Amino acid sequence: MPKSHDLYGFFSVLYRERYVYTASAYNYKEEIMTKIKSLFISLLLTLGVSSAIAGSHGSTLDVVKERGKLMCGSNTGLAGFGAPNDAGVWEGIDVDVCRAVAAAVFGDASKVEYIPLTSKVRFTVLQSGEVDMLSRNTTWTLSRDVDLGLEFVGVNYYDGQGFMVNKDLGVSSASELDGASVCIQVGTTTEMNLADYFKANGMSYESVPVETNSEADAAYLAGRCDIYTTDASGLYASRAGYPDPSAHMVLPEIISKEPLGPSVRHGDSEWGDIVRWSLNAMIIGEELGINSGNVDAMMTSNNPEVLRLLGAEPGYGAMLGLSDDWAANILSQVGNYSESFEKHIGPNTPINIQRGLNALYKDGGILYAPPFR
Amino acid sequence: MTSLGIQNISRNKYYNWIIKNLFSSWTNSLITIVALIFLYEIGSFFLNWAVFSADFRVNFNGEAIVDRTYCSKNIMPGEYGACWAIIYARWNQFMYGLYPIEEAWRVNFVYALLPLAIIGILFDKIPFRKYFIYFTFIFPFIAYFMLYGGPGLSVVGTNKWGGLLVTLFLGVTGIGLAFPLSIILALGRRSKMPIIKSLCVVFIEFIRGVPLITLLFTANVMLPLFLPDGVNPDNLLRALVAVTLFQSAYMAEAIRGGLQAIPKGQIEAAQSLGLNYWQTTRKIILPQALKIAIPPIVNTCIGLFKDTSLVLIIGLFDLLGIGRAALADMTWTKLYYEVYVFISLVFFLFCFGMSRYSLYLEKKLKTDNS
Repeated sequence: MPKSHDLYGFFSVLYRERYVYTASAYNYKEEIMTKIKSLFISLLLTLGVSSAIAGSHGSTLDVVKERGKLMCGSNTGLAGFGAPNDAGVWEGIDVDVCRAVAAAVFGDASKVEYIPLTSKVRFTVLQSGEVDMLSRNTTWTLSRDVDLGLEFVGVNYYDGQGFMVNKDLGVSSASELDGASVCIQVGTTTEMNLADYFKANGMSYESVPVETNSEADAAYLAGRCDIYTTDASGLYASRAGYPDPSAHMVLPEIISKEPLGPSVRHGDSEWGDIVRWSLNAMIIGEELGINSGNVDAMMTSNNPEVLRLLGAEPGYGAMLGLSDDWAANILSQVGNYSESFEKHIGPNTPINIQRGLNALYKDGGILYAPPFR
Repeated sequence: MTSLGIQNISRNKYYNWIIKNLFSSWTNSLITIVALIFLYEIGSFFLNWAVFSADFRVNFNGEAIVDRTYCSKNIMPGEYGACWAIIYARWNQFMYGLYPIEEAWRVNFVYALLPLAIIGILFDKIPFRKYFIYFTFIFPFIAYFMLYGGPGLSVVGTNKWGGLLVTLFLGVTGIGLAFPLSIILALGRRSKMPIIKSLCVVFIEFIRGVPLITLLFTANVMLPLFLPDGVNPDNLLRALVAVTLFQSAYMAEAIRGGLQAIPKGQIEAAQSLGLNYWQTTRKIILPQALKIAIPPIVNTCIGLFKDTSLVLIIGLFDLLGIGRAALADMTWTKLYYEVYVFISLVFFLFCFGMSRYSLYLEKKLKTDNS
């Protein structure tokens, strides 16, 4: 202890001496540094303020309308959710949300520019205003909603962690998995969810660590583990690529909540309303039985909610700053939620996902849009 | 008779070479045989996979392959051959990204002009070289106009560019811009003027101390936050800035190595002839220094060309990114090997070409007799 004290004294003496001898130079330097600092700070402030002014001079809707196309942050490629097809046209249920918003704003679902974003840059790119909205399988969580300054406007796919097993195993529920070996990506929330679930149910498992999805596929197919666990949509997408997809089943238990949905910038509420109700219009369209084939016929329906949705009873589009036929445009060009789901990830596609949680509330799911009135 | 004689001699020549190089001792023979067996196993497996039992556009039933379920290996359990149909189906995307296909002729036009633009720089014994060099300087403007659009051509935003186009754009432009910058940096680092010298040292050491991914992230994420809203530099441009800065720092170090290898006597001789700094540098120092620096420069160029695939992490669809997007499409999912083998083949062609060119240049510029 005394030694360190001595050292301290030694250095403080050195410092004081230097300070004494070079006091004038020191002050001079400090002055310059202060000036440079204040210059730098004022420069940053100017930039910040001017960008804030530039950002506030028009609402996002005006900016989008003026630009003539919607800039939509999309995935860099996720089967069924958002990926370019052979002709280079983007497809998927996340992409359909972008198309719905474009249909609502412009009356033309094709006026979208897709900006592929990785999970690392998606939030900053939205913040900087390069994209108007984000629709790329992003889980709605408290910290993202509050701390990251996003505004989630709804859920277009309820995902959750699930289990896939070979049908030969003869298992029909996750509660029968005691002692099983599990292929799991290390260091993910999936791993923690798995541990929690098995512990809560008094079961044990043996983990087979893997690094990536493709490695997990290989390990699972080679029989190195009995179960493969990740988000259910990922399990379905993996299964679609297996040599014999029908030999594998995804168990009904979902052990975590992963609500995926589109988001806009925090504080961009008017624009958020448009995105929210574009998604809701697709869901309500399914509730009311309106699809891309019967929009015109439904215009003469007796159901007042149908008439309100399709703009036959005017006034609702104006509230959003849109034309009255905005929802009719969404439903005729993009289709309702069910059409989008069936086309991209439903049982008739290679991904083969059942509606499950994503069915309407009246069909046993939890998809529920507020009433259109 | 004479032809027979020549054959005999040449057979002897090969025979001697084989004995001398492959079977000189029994350990050497053993290693040769093991290596040959190994090569045969690997080679025959690969050729079988890639060519003999592979599907190109039709499967073994003679049906055209329209999605992955038509691939022979997905129909017949015993089949394992590659299914190259994904490359055919996505050829346009591999070449042009999501560039509108009716405008793809513009990209082809630029691809066709690219060799003409660089041939003047690469080779000095070609006829009309002067005009080729002129063309090299006009080419960037032509390429920009053709690719991006302008009066008379529709504008194609860079978010539509992709595949080989982005890889080549970043590689060629990055190297082209970095080269002059790196000469300035290398000279600056050797300068006697303290401010210039320290600026160059700080720049080079900072860039070299940071991974390219970090630079790409910084360029992609930080730049727009600092600039006002209206000024959103294009995504591809941001990546290009990062790539150019990165490459110039590395190339500057390669060139500095060349500069340091020039004996001091050369400079003194030039000065005693009355040449000033710029004359000395341009006529005496740089030609020799660059010659010495060719191998490391080409090394960094090859490294950079491959590093361009890192832009995938900021969401640009370069050759690798577009390949991964193809794999994400349910039509073609799980054809990993085909896509990655194809992409590596393309990268190999370009990198191998660069390395052969550097060998050629070294031989051509070799002036000593050693």
